[in-house]
Amino acid sequence: MNAPSPNAYTAYPDANGRFGDYGGRYVAETLMPLVLELGRAYDEAKNDPAFHAEMSGYMTHYVGRPSPLYFAERLTQHYGGAKIYFKRDELNHTGAHKINNCIGQILLARRMGKTRIIAETGAGQHGVATATVCARFGYPCIVYMGATDVERQKPNVFRMNLLGAEVRPVTSGTGTLKDAMNEAMRDWVTNVDDTYYIIGTAAGPHPYPAMVRDFQSVIGTEARAQMLEREGRLPDAVVACIGGGSNAIGLFHPFLADEGVRLIGVEAAGHGLSTGQHAASLTGGRPGVLHGNKTYLLQDDDGQIIDAHSISAGLDYPGIGPEHAWLHDVGRAQYVSATDDEALSAFQLCSQLEGIIPALEPAHALARVGDVAKELGKDAIVLMNLCGRGDKDIFTVAEALGSRL
Amino acid sequence: MRHNRIAARFAALKAEDRAGLITYVMAGDPDLETAFEILKGLPAAGADLIELGFPFSDPMAEGPPIQRAALRALKIGMTLRGTLDLVRRFRLEDKDTPIILMGYTNPVLSYGFGPFAQDAAAAGVDGLIIVDSPPEESDELSEALDIAGISLIRLTAPTTDDARLAIVVKRTSGFVYYVSVAGVTGVKEADAASVAPAVVRVRAASNLPVAVGFGIKTPERAAEVARIADAVVVGSALVDEIAAAAVTSAPAAAKVLASVSALAKAVRTARLDVNVTSV
Repeated sequence: MNAPSPNAYTAYPDANGRFGDYGGRYVAETLMPLVLELGRAYDEAKNDPAFHAEMSGYMTHYVGRPSPLYFAERLTQHYGGAKIYFKRDELNHTGAHKINNCIGQILLARRMGKTRIIAETGAGQHGVATATVCARFGYPCIVYMGATDVERQKPNVFRMNLLGAEVRPVTSGTGTLKDAMNEAMRDWVTNVDDTYYIIGTAAGPHPYPAMVRDFQSVIGTEARAQMLEREGRLPDAVVACIGGGSNAIGLFHPFLADEGVRLIGVEAAGHGLSTGQHAASLTGGRPGVLHGNKTYLLQDDDGQIIDAHSISAGLDYPGIGPEHAWLHDVGRAQYVSATDDEALSAFQLCSQLEGIIPALEPAHALARVGDVAKELGKDAIVLMNLCGRGDKDIFTVAEALGSRL
Repeated sequence: MRHNRIAARFAALKAEDRAGLITYVMAGDPDLETAFEILKGLPAAGADLIELGFPFSDPMAEGPPIQRAALRALKIGMTLRGTLDLVRRFRLEDKDTPIILMGYTNPVLSYGFGPFAQDAAAAGVDGLIIVDSPPEESDELSEALDIAGISLIRLTAPTTDDARLAIVVKRTSGFVYYVSVAGVTGVKEADAASVAPAVVRVRAASNLPVAVGFGIKTPERAAEVARIADAVVVGSALVDEIAAAAVTSAPAAAKVLASVSALAKAVRTARLDVNVTSV
């Protein structure tokens, strides 16, 4: 077997969980032994064919994979540039890519003999996916959710309750996703013996960024093979939205070694980068340490974390996964942004032209896909991850458009 | 070499055959001048060492009392620089009481490890505790602090096994801080029966003094721990009093300092009260 060359993009993280200068394990000493144990358990599972076989079974029969690769013909015509393809991860069970990671982690939790599951959630998609696998595998489930988000996302709170999960509103700090993550960490540090923490994005202390990426890489692995079969070649660019960055890294990672494929991440520019009210950590932040990893963060001069803003609750996070921070610095991936208004327009356009109501998160990616398609021209191919469906967002969108439901 | 206030203080405590009291308060809580008044009054009230928290927006290992203290401090504009200013003012009057800053990585990283260490040493800081910087991530910070002559004090926890304990204490200086409960600050109560063997374990791994904290709220509990450890840390209980005083417009400094006196009395007499000597 050929060892990967030290500078190969796919060789990261290193043994210390580092992607270049980013990543690592910045947690309290009480958690450190648990994080190290998780790393060992994941390494064992990763090398166990039985673990992969079981996961693959659930991916096929429970999640509904592989998700289709779809040629968005009318959007392609609309923009008049490159052919636009969607990876349809919104067709997964529970309506988003989040379930891919939850299946992997619940199987790992069971393997480790844990008996209680906790998670954080922003919009509620990861909370719903976690509640789903906990129901399926018979685990008690506690989901921490910012009190502000509980109020904004009542349907998802109800869904989690239906699935048997307890949703705990978090009022500490500013009551948003970052505070929910703080509270989940506090729960974990308090319940060290029996509890497994399912983090929903490719961030947090090592091994989470690598593990979540690996579980989400099914997206890119499938899409790459489907594209080769369909078009006989690789796409010229792949595009995905980024909050913490789990769907994007899942799509990008299997293309990292394909140097001819451009990787484009789209951050949430909220009301606009110049307003300070956005969630674009790479474009508008600088490196720091939060939630167990070193990465780009929105922060003030004193290193205090600044609240993010995005119309999309799933992108409303002041940090980004460490692998994206590294891919940004080394230039392998390119990161751009889209505002609330641009995402809203793309949301409507996709609904009207393709008969697909996208989640507000991939609507951000969609808002830049037209530019990329035009720039690359008619002979090119652009692949975008449609990572979630928009049913959950109809109230937010109605309000933004001035309708009452 | 710089005068080492931490070592001098623990040597003095040993000579007196008693444990020390370490009090934690947050810089800028509930406001700048009250925080300074409290800080200034701590040595006379009986604090042997002082832990001074600097606020962070996302204090992952803190329970509600210190979370709220951090928010109060941030609200009045307290920063890491402002915290160093407080220490500088304190040092004009007190040259001997060790001051240990406690907080999270990001404000220190944002300041720059090197510049922070130099400025902190110049202000009169003796030690630093960074909750979210385990040994694996601390090389750069350790080097900067070594150059400036500031101790990096490490936490060990009930989850730290012997193999890991050796790694943790290796680059610790000043003292070792044993976190007596698996949890956040100020929620669970420490149990003296489980603390005793843990302190023995830490002593076997390190020659440094051992301080015990997280979950010690009352003079009674402080006295129990003072019989087995070299120092007792009390934080959340004091911070809660500041919060309560702010609500009732009571003089926060006087109330907190009275509590410190009661804790100090309990700690100072702990080994005289019963026929239990240090283990």
